[in-house]
Amino acid sequence: MLKTNPAFAASVKTASNFNAAACINCGSCTALCPLGVDLHPRTLFRYVLIGAEEKLLENTSVIYSCLLCRMCEDNCPADVPIAENIRSLRSYINRTRFGLMKG
Amino acid sequence: MSLPVKHVLGILADNLEYRRSVIPMSAARATAWARGLDIPFGGETVLYTGQMYQIIPSINSLSAMMAKVENSWINRFMGLGRLANRIIDLSWFMTLGVGKQQKEYNGILRNIALILKSAGVEFGYLYSQDLYSGALVFDEGIDDVFRKQARRVYDIFKTNGVKQVITVDPHTTSILKDVYPSVVEGFDLTVKSYLEVLAEKNIPCRRRLDMDLVIHDSCVYTRYLDVVDQPRKLLQSACATIHLPELSGRLTHCCGGPLESLFPARSHEITVKRVEQLAECGRSAVTMCPICLACLKREAGDKIDVKDISEYLYDCYCQPGK
Ligand code: SF4
Ligand code: SF4
Repeated sequence: MLKTNPAFAASVKTASNFNAAACINCGSCTALCPLGVDLHPRTLFRYVLIGAEEKLLENTSVIYSCLLCRMCEDNCPADVPIAENIRSLRSYINRTRFGLMKG
Repeated sequence: MSLPVKHVLGILADNLEYRRSVIPMSAARATAWARGLDIPFGGETVLYTGQMYQIIPSINSLSAMMAKVENSWINRFMGLGRLANRIIDLSWFMTLGVGKQQKEYNGILRNIALILKSAGVEFGYLYSQDLYSGALVFDEGIDDVFRKQARRVYDIFKTNGVKQVITVDPHTTSILKDVYPSVVEGFDLTVKSYLEVLAEKNIPCRRRLDMDLVIHDSCVYTRYLDVVDQPRKLLQSACATIHLPELSGRLTHCCGGPLESLFPARSHEITVKRVEQLAECGRSAVTMCPICLACLKREAGDKIDVKDISEYLYDCYCQPGK
């Protein structure tokens, strides 16, 4: 069952520049990504937007495998800051799961 | 199996926090490239290396080690590695046997300094105070350690009266130009890469290159910083014939480098793909980023010859004509 936690999305956003509200779920980002189907930014963003923290954390390796190369952003019709969003998810995991930050 | 992300990041963060670089190195090693060049200390305009070219030989050793560890039982003991690293600087072992490579990467920095000099650009260098910018730690999202480093680096610039910074690689340029202003209050430095500085100078070519070159654009230069035309202009003015792979300019394909420290096998696959794309266009490839250079060179074999752009620029803008 998909568990959701409404506070989760707020917590990701407060601590970073995460902003995926404009994503229209079109999949164009994945079409150009050098990692291909291994990385679906739109799915990660949906998990945050609906508060599915556990599902997001199941994708920890995927989140750290993004090259931050921004190829996807050149193809995104909604100007979503995809790489910065993924970096923000790392920041969230570092802070809440890996104990790498104090804040 | 992939490497344990938490512990690898922990080691990088500890190194930056306690030893001031993700791959710590002595000041003597970090500044060796400038020996004999008579670059003055400091000044309003400085050439800032952020130690990126200098740490590549150690990164190469580290990547080779990580690739071995990725699928071995040692992987499980990475947590212990982090504890040990707090006491002894394990990255010191990465510097063993890298002398030849170090000389090569130092040579790139020397070329850059000499080209700038020959273009009439006046600049200083902060020598032992030229610290790592924190780029990798920022990319990995370790924000508070990064913020501290940004503050430390910025304070050094301000204490020394620096106003303009000339950078040598895309990652450091982007971090200083786009990220520092958002984390360092009052940031007021002008930041430009040496390629931008040189392209503005319209310097005359002394020796024609007369060769075919395949450009591998850096993701960060093109998509983060919009530095696309400058390297083309500099090479074309030197009479090089430029060839571009289908994925180039703003649509350039990543070299795979950013994954090296956490997912070496995946990184390798991406690099191999890029080498093939470049090899389809010619035999001599040009890079403008130390990470691209290191990755592509490692996988190039006899398919292509990969060189940093500064080698060509030095030949045509500094050497006497034939
Ligand atoms: S930034 Fe990440 S998601 Fe976007 S194209 Fe590059 S690897 Fe793929
Ligand atoms: S390309 Fe942009 S809008 Fe389309 S799915 Fe990806 S992030 Fe969302």
